[in-house]
Amino acid sequence: MNIDAIKNGIVIDHITAGLGMKLYDLLELESLDCSVAIIKNVSSPKLGRKDIIKIDADIPINLNVIGYVDPGATVNRIRDGFTIEKKKLELPEKLVNVLFCKNPRCITSTEQELKHVFKLTDRKNRIYRCLYCETKAN
Amino acid sequence: MKHLIDILDFSVEELQELIDTANDIIDHPKAYSERCKGKKLATLFFEPSTRTRLSFEAAMYDLGGNVIGFSEAQSSSAAKGESVADTAKVISCYADIIAMRHPKEGAPLVAAMNASIPVINAGDGGHNHPTQTLADLLTIYREKGRLSNMTVGFCGDLKFGRTVHSLINALSRYEGIKVVLISPEELKLPSYVKKDILKEHDIPYVQTSDLESIMSGLDVLYMTRVQRERFFNEEDYLRLKDSYILTPDKLNNAKTDLSILHPLPRVNEISVEIDSDPRACYFKQVLYGKYMRMALILKLLKEAGNCEY
Repeated sequence: MNIDAIKNGIVIDHITAGLGMKLYDLLELESLDCSVAIIKNVSSPKLGRKDIIKIDADIPINLNVIGYVDPGATVNRIRDGFTIEKKKLELPEKLVNVLFCKNPRCITSTEQELKHVFKLTDRKNRIYRCLYCETKAN
Repeated sequence: MKHLIDILDFSVEELQELIDTANDIIDHPKAYSERCKGKKLATLFFEPSTRTRLSFEAAMYDLGGNVIGFSEAQSSSAAKGESVADTAKVISCYADIIAMRHPKEGAPLVAAMNASIPVINAGDGGHNHPTQTLADLLTIYREKGRLSNMTVGFCGDLKFGRTVHSLINALSRYEGIKVVLISPEELKLPSYVKKDILKEHDIPYVQTSDLESIMSGLDVLYMTRVQRERFFNEEDYLRLKDSYILTPDKLNNAKTDLSILHPLPRVNEISVEIDSDPRACYFKQVLYGKYMRMALILKLLKEAGNCEY
């Protein structure tokens, strides 16, 4: 199966197989007007299987979302058919409106305009806690 | 802008600075009686807490300042649906410093993020109550002359007791602290507190349900109330509420210089016969709470450039 190379845009590569759609949703790529391709279960010498997302436009991407969902993914920025930037990701220190606090006693449960902010408190065990009530993210 | 939302917002050095100021206030109250002349403290109490509110108000009056505010959400704009963020912005136009009590966890942090004046967390639900911890620390310091090298027993509701979690957190930064956790099985200290605080700081601790067996080794005994409001099931509350009642006979093996603390209010977990024992410190603790709040108000106003200190 072939998908044409993009000339100007973004390729999110080395996505753990099965996480492509989740990233598509969290990055809200359905709202874009440009072409977006999700390629699932591509053979990969390194991962066995991987997903790839190709976006046919150079748009700002929320790297924190990708870093949280799949820190092993890479983000390549393409210009005039050449890779001009290749970013390796890591767990972000802070997530805004990616995770949502489920603690009914948290101030976010009653103040709807508040952004849901989670901070990384234990990188080794991938633990995020709500900025306001410190409840651990599930 | 410096605020006090969590006890860990202050370093050990800053806590010592507060303790030193509080001690100086105790020794020279007149020297502080006009330090906050012309300044206003706003006590924004979205849920009733008479003792904490009065302590803040007494602290501000003893500094020569004034107090404005409300004591329940019904008498505030929150009843009309105003957000905490907007309340903080509005009150910043009227007062010099805010003390906020709120039933929702994290509300004082939201206030601090939006206010242009210092915010003090006066209790946010079951989350934090840092000024109670300040009162606890000054009490221990004045009784022991130190905050390091001692064995502290926590007894009662260690599961829901936020004052216990905060004090353990604060003491974890001092040398030579050992902790004894005394509770019924159902009210044991949550595992995340043990992992994140005690194990993280290599603090030796033991868990037991038998208060008398470990009494002789304690330098400080921090008693807590089993809080009815934390239980969904009345039967569980009734079964556990009398788990520990400190009576004079239980102090037979205790050290002569043991310090007994309690964040109050007490129900029946400390017999009134203990009140006359020189080791009972819980009413002094209330008074020290006021002095620490005075020191805190001064420090935050000074850091905001609003007080000469």
